[in-house]
Amino acid sequence: MSAENSLHLDIRGACASYGRVPVLRGVDLSLAKGEVVALIGPSGSGKSTVLRMIMGLTPPTDGKIHLDGEEVNYRNAASLRRVRDRVAVVFQQYNLFQNMDVLRNVTIAPLKIKKVPRRTVMEDAERVLAKVGLADKLKAYPDELSGGQQQRVAIARALCLNPEILLLDEVTSALDPELVKEVLDTIRDLVAEGMTMLIVSHEMAFVREVSKRVIFMDDGLVVEAGDPRAIFDDPKRKRTGEFVSKILRH
Amino acid sequence: MLDRLADEIPRFFTWGNVVLLGEAMGITLSMTLVGCVLGFVFAFIIAFTRQVPGFVTLPLRMAAILFVEVFRRIPFLVVLFLVLFFIQAVARGTSLFTVAVVSICIYSTAYIADIIRGGFESVPRQQIEAARAMNFSHLQILGSIIVPQSWPVILPPAVVFMVGFIKDTSLVSQIGVFELTFRARELNNMGFSGILVFGVIAFLYFAISYPLTRWGQWLEKRLER
Repeated sequence: MSAENSLHLDIRGACASYGRVPVLRGVDLSLAKGEVVALIGPSGSGKSTVLRMIMGLTPPTDGKIHLDGEEVNYRNAASLRRVRDRVAVVFQQYNLFQNMDVLRNVTIAPLKIKKVPRRTVMEDAERVLAKVGLADKLKAYPDELSGGQQQRVAIARALCLNPEILLLDEVTSALDPELVKEVLDTIRDLVAEGMTMLIVSHEMAFVREVSKRVIFMDDGLVVEAGDPRAIFDDPKRKRTGEFVSKILRH
Repeated sequence: MLDRLADEIPRFFTWGNVVLLGEAMGITLSMTLVGCVLGFVFAFIIAFTRQVPGFVTLPLRMAAILFVEVFRRIPFLVVLFLVLFFIQAVARGTSLFTVAVVSICIYSTAYIADIIRGGFESVPRQQIEAARAMNFSHLQILGSIIVPQSWPVILPPAVVFMVGFIKDTSLVSQIGVFELTFRARELNNMGFSGILVFGVIAFLYFAISYPLTRWGQWLEKRLER
C-alpha cells in the first residue's frame, strides 16, 4: 500500500451522545490521504456529530478512532492535542472571533498556539487569504463582512493551521443562495490541490461533483457508502433511495 | 422654620465644618473605591474559577458559588456587623475604616462576580468551541476571546453597582466610621437643624454620584464599537 492511499482517518464502531441521547450508534468511516468524502443524510442523522466527535468537542463514548495509524485517546490531553493539531474544522456558523479583525482571526492560533515564527505565519496568512479572495479585507472585523466572506475567512483560518485533514460542517447552509457559489468555488480549489476533506453538505450537486466517496447516514448509523454515482443513481438500500430521490427532486 | 435656617447657615458653614465634611466625603469615596476595586479583582477571580471545568477544581468552584450565593442574600448591614465582630475577635485594634473596606469588598465581590459571570456567558459558545478545536487552553480562551468580548457587557452594570454602593456605604456610620452620614448625625446632635445638615449631606452624595454616573454612561457609549 503506498503512502498516498493509506488510511488517514479510520473510525470504527464510534458512538456518541448528547447527555443521555445517543446520536451516533456505531459509525464506521474511513478517509484516505488526499480523499474527499461527503457525509449526507437527513437532519439529526448525526453527520455534524461525526465531525464534532473527531475534534473531541463531543467525545466518543465507544469505538476506536485512528489518525495516521495512531489510536486517539480523547481522555488524554496530549492525544487530543495531536488530533486538533492535525485536523481543522470549519463550522456552519463560521464561528469567527468577533473581537479580532480578519488577519488576527487567521493568525492567532498559528502564532499563539502552534508558536510558528511570525514571518512564516504572515506569509501563510497572506497566501490563504488571497486564495479565498479576501486579501483586501485584512483589517475588517467579522461583523463588517457578508456571510460568504465570513465563511471564507473561516476557511482561511482553518487552512492557515496547515491541517492534514479539513472537516467542513455544512459550510454553505447558513448562507444566502447568491453567496453559496463563492464558498463552493473556494472548496473546489482545495479539492484541486488534493486536500484531504470530510464534507458534511446538503449541496447534492456539489457533493456529486467533488467527492470521491459518499456516505449516507441516518439515525446515527452509516446506511450506505459508495462512489457518488452508485449512491445517487443506484442506491442499494431503500432508505438511501428515499432520501436521494426526495432531495434531488427540488 | 426658614428664618431659623437662615440664621444657622452662616454658623454651619464654618471652615472647620467644611473641612470636616470634605474629609468625610473623602472617607466615603475612598472606602467605596478601595472596597469595590478589590471586590472587582476578587470577583474576577471567582468568575474565572467558575469557568474552569474539571474534577480538580470542583471544590474551588463549589466554594466560589457558595460565596456568591450566600453573600448576595445577606443585607449589607449584617455583613458589616459580622465582619466587625469577626475582626474584633481575631485582630483587636483593627481600624474601623479597614472593617468597612473589608465589608464593602466582600459584598461587592459577591455582586460583581455575578455580573462578570453574566458577561462571560454572553460570549457565544460556538466561538469557544472553535477555539477549543484549535487547541486553545482555557486560559487562552478566557484571555483572547471571552474577556475582550465581555467587557462591554460587564463594565456598565459594574459601574452602576459601584456608584450605587456609594449611597449604601452610609450604613457604615452604624459602626462609627467618620464618613458622611456619621458626621451628619454628629452635626445634628451638636444642635444644627436636621433639615440643613441632611440636606447638605444629600447634596454631597449627589455631587459624588452624579459625575460618576455620567462617566459610566460615557464609558458604555465608548465600549460600543
